[in-house]
Amino acid sequence: MEHIRLPKVENVRLLDRVSPRRSRVGTLYLTATHSIFVESEAGGRSETWVLHSLVCSVDKQAASASGCPLLIRCKNFQILHFSIPREQDCQDVHLSLQRLSQPQRYEELYCFSYKPNVDEEERRRDWAFVDLKADFSRMGLPNAQWKLSPVNQQYKVSDTYPAELFVPDSAAPPVLVGSSKFRSRGRFPALSYYSKENHLNAIANRAAGKGYENEDNYSNIKFQFMGIENIHVMRNSQQKMLEVCELRSPSMSDFLEGLESSGWLKHIKAVLDTGVFIAKAVAEGISVLVHCSDGWDRTAQVCSVACVLLDPYYRTLKGLMVLIEKDWVSFGHKFTQRCNHLAGDPKEVSPIVDQFLECVWQLMEQFPCAFEYNENLLITVHSHIYSCQFGNFIGNNQRERRELRVHEKTHSLWSYLWTNRAEFINPLYRQNHSQSQGLLRPSTAPYCFKFWRGLYNRFDRGMHPRQSVEDYLRVIREETQQLEEQLDSHKQKIAELKQEQGWSDAHRAAAFDQSSTARALGKNLALANTPQDYTGSLLASTPGAADGPLVLAPQDPDQTADPNLSNGSDPESGIADVSCRSPLSEDSARDPDPDPDSDEAAYSAA
Amino acid sequence: MEFSDHIKTANVEDVVLRQPLHPPSRGTLCITGHHLLFSDREEGSSRQILLLLRNIDAIEKSVENLLGYSGFLSKAAHSDRTPGSSGTITIKCKDLRVLQLDIPGMEQCLNIAHSIETLSCLDNVSEMYPFFYRPNDLSLREQWGLSTPEKHYTQIKELHKKWRLSSVNKTYSVCPSYPPVVIVPNSIDDETLKKVAKFRQGGRFPVLCYYHRKNGMVIMRSSQPLTGANKKRCKEDELLLQVVIEDSDKGFIIDTRSSQQVQQARMTGGGFESKSCYSRWKRLHKQMERGKALQESLIKLVEACGDESHNVDRWLSKLENSKWLSHVQTALSAAGLLVECVERDGHSALVHGYEGTDCTLLICTLAQLIMDPTCRTLEGFLALLDREWLQAGHPFQQRCAHSAYSHARLQQESPIFLLLLDCVWQLWRQFPLALGFSEALLLRLANEVYASDYGTFLCNNDQERCALEVKDRTHCLFQALLRLPERDYYSNPLYEPNELAIWPSVHPQSLQLWRGFFLRWTQQARHLEAVQEEIRSMVIEWHRVTQR
Repeated sequence: MEHIRLPKVENVRLLDRVSPRRSRVGTLYLTATHSIFVESEAGGRSETWVLHSLVCSVDKQAASASGCPLLIRCKNFQILHFSIPREQDCQDVHLSLQRLSQPQRYEELYCFSYKPNVDEEERRRDWAFVDLKADFSRMGLPNAQWKLSPVNQQYKVSDTYPAELFVPDSAAPPVLVGSSKFRSRGRFPALSYYSKENHLNAIANRAAGKGYENEDNYSNIKFQFMGIENIHVMRNSQQKMLEVCELRSPSMSDFLEGLESSGWLKHIKAVLDTGVFIAKAVAEGISVLVHCSDGWDRTAQVCSVACVLLDPYYRTLKGLMVLIEKDWVSFGHKFTQRCNHLAGDPKEVSPIVDQFLECVWQLMEQFPCAFEYNENLLITVHSHIYSCQFGNFIGNNQRERRELRVHEKTHSLWSYLWTNRAEFINPLYRQNHSQSQGLLRPSTAPYCFKFWRGLYNRFDRGMHPRQSVEDYLRVIREETQQLEEQLDSHKQKIAELKQEQGWSDAHRAAAFDQSSTARALGKNLALANTPQDYTGSLLASTPGAADGPLVLAPQDPDQTADPNLSNGSDPESGIADVSCRSPLSEDSARDPDPDPDSDEAAYSAA
Repeated sequence: MEFSDHIKTANVEDVVLRQPLHPPSRGTLCITGHHLLFSDREEGSSRQILLLLRNIDAIEKSVENLLGYSGFLSKAAHSDRTPGSSGTITIKCKDLRVLQLDIPGMEQCLNIAHSIETLSCLDNVSEMYPFFYRPNDLSLREQWGLSTPEKHYTQIKELHKKWRLSSVNKTYSVCPSYPPVVIVPNSIDDETLKKVAKFRQGGRFPVLCYYHRKNGMVIMRSSQPLTGANKKRCKEDELLLQVVIEDSDKGFIIDTRSSQQVQQARMTGGGFESKSCYSRWKRLHKQMERGKALQESLIKLVEACGDESHNVDRWLSKLENSKWLSHVQTALSAAGLLVECVERDGHSALVHGYEGTDCTLLICTLAQLIMDPTCRTLEGFLALLDREWLQAGHPFQQRCAHSAYSHARLQQESPIFLLLLDCVWQLWRQFPLALGFSEALLLRLANEVYASDYGTFLCNNDQERCALEVKDRTHCLFQALLRLPERDYYSNPLYEPNELAIWPSVHPQSLQLWRGFFLRWTQQARHLEAVQEEIRSMVIEWHRVTQR
């Protein structure tokens, strides 16, 4: 609390980035964990919550007659543009937010104060929900070739590795210790994935090393250099791409040129190409050792991408959780540094895990029936990796999390997602679909790589489709299942009641009651639309059209922050960030609102 | 001239066909007056591929005469007729498919290539396949077309007070590219129309194309006025436009050219409606690409899509450089602007550019789809195309003679209709429940417009179609698409009628490459097709269960 210089500022304007005329006036409140903007308009419909741990940067710009602008960029790619009447107030808010968004100590992180209504026993059970040992036994381990090694129990051999590691049966502790001395940060080769399918020693391994192995000293091994760029290149590339996403009204050429020069999709392709290379090798029965310089960035990316390609399990909801827990959390991806959880070295920050999630998204776009989970899951996981609301991604490795007693003091994201899984299921997923079977063989032709609007422009609602096929299908799928279950139970009852007669009416009424839901849903979806800005150049040519162009209709003024991230007291209300992308969200019920200020000014521009 | 004069070799055995998404297959190749037929000879299969010659945009041939080396190759030579020589023909189709035929025998290869080259671009319309297509289950006496100005007029009772049907063009003498009957203001007589026609390029005087029931406003379209360098006026033209907005304070003219372009147009006899002569009309300029530039855009995009060896940077650069998506963005925002004038602002509008047969039709069509729910059903959309493209005189024969691969010198080719289909696809992506038809329909139309069994897209206008008796001597595509089982296949299973306007987003992030079309011969497009099938079967299952 001592960091809050000013708990409340009135007459603050929240500007609409796309159309400035849609700005709103209200009061900005600063709390320990959130900033909250409450619109002053009657009805009080709109509240915008910003979780401080999600704030990436706060910029104060030169004051103008209309106020002092404050620009808040968030790690979930939300951008809020405030204008504060008094410069001194702006300064205070700026300094407060800068401090609040950059905690110095782990204890300040949101997960340690986040107390949802979950009892202690349940909280403990939740942490056991994802169990890596169970995954290894799913792969058939331990077996004759691979065993669980106690060598790193005390994190003495490698302080960034997990305590439990699978290693070759014949590798005695002295061999492992010897190997670890030869590898950066003691990260000796350890098992990441074991392919049970082809009954060969097909594995994807991981290890770290500065430099690379001398081929003469390793018999029977083929080297392949994949050329994925380092964390600094990736950070700069994403930064450039985000600048393109932020452009106010870019032309098609501005956008495509910007996307190209950011190089972002090129890097995504490099990661996916490598994942495909590894997966193919493993599928052909060749074991693979993967490493980069430290083994917690590029190695984590490509091993986990290869796993998604190789094993349909990792394309299920539970499987993705296990995979992230295994390849990222347990093997020591440095979440605190890479995601900038604590004020630290900006050169350590890099969107490595974003790239993994994006690779999965690119694969989902190619194989829409092959994944049990949907885009919303990836976006939600992304948000929570950065939000620090749950303990899963706190610290840089298992050892740190143990020292922080994360499992005792915080909540786990995974069981929370599982509880709300209805939101994250892809209705098109079919376990037995030809797309879902075995090894995924994606095309990595350049045209397959698309810009991920759903993540990077997530909060620009006007850019997204106005109706959702997925929501529609989810409803009819649930309804179909329900009705089939009903029918089964009715068939049973019929058998029982047949002697008594008079059964049919009840049955029919039930069936028809249900069928109206999806139709009603379709109608709701249909309402969600508002005009866009079509005049572009016409407007630009007349900055003097001060009485306002009619072309800009009010558009979804309530761009609230992810309520899940914003409301600490009520976990059940969560995952609403999903619905803000869906046309089912609250604004969908409103008619496209004719702008009362409309006049022909825009056209006279011509 | 008989087709057979162009066919020196009608049959070749032992031809290897390579096509996307299939392993190579060996079989017999036949060429007829209108088709290339390949029959797979592999054991157990009787696969045939029938390709309309009209669908072939370009071919490349390479022959190797290895007679001199036949001694070396005698063991390998499998053809006893022409030992040592062979040829390869690469066929590039207007539907963007690329096929390769390995033909034994140099002479056969050259003969086949020659036949394809000649027969694929016959100029004589009445020799084209639609005049020979006679399926057993169709009769030539069946109804032709879906909409006419008369039918359109009859359907909109609200129109009758102020608008009338005029037969001033019944002999096509006033405007060769208009239908015989058009909808014009009640108070403007035919003599006046004739004078107006003389003042508009190609005689395309302003006619009604859309009536907005919600507020009684209309969209009209025409060609540019022929004001010329001397700023000529036409009292009748001014009067016609005046009466359209007599109950309103103003109307909007959407000109699909820039303000510089319209000034330049005066130098060549064209022009624009000046403020002084048309005081209550406000002109808005929305420059759109047309003609050759659009054709070149398509060529560049298809070229970029065809090369998988690019890296991502190169791909994005080529995608940008083609400008195709920019054209999509411009077209959708021009249509959005038109809808804002009519639906939001409550004013009538006139749309034109130069001839009024291309961009004008594009944005009028899109605006109607955005505003009018009756245009969004399968039948409504086809009727809209019938009215706004066929009746309205889009010169299909000129615009679609060649597509993206042709080496022929460009004449009048321009893929404006393809651009329309792409824009409609973007609408469908953004409002997947609001359109009654499927992506498959758009793909089918994209094929049919370039090469078809049906007569629908033949000729350049109604007059030409009438002269060739197209309606009596060919079958109608639209009617065929509305028959079962096609009708089901081309319907959107998720369709929910929706009374509201569907305003598209035109942000670059919201517009995408139409993969289903531009990458349709890749594995990726197949996966997306599988998704549509999955959706259809889910909906069918749901209907089955709920109706039980």
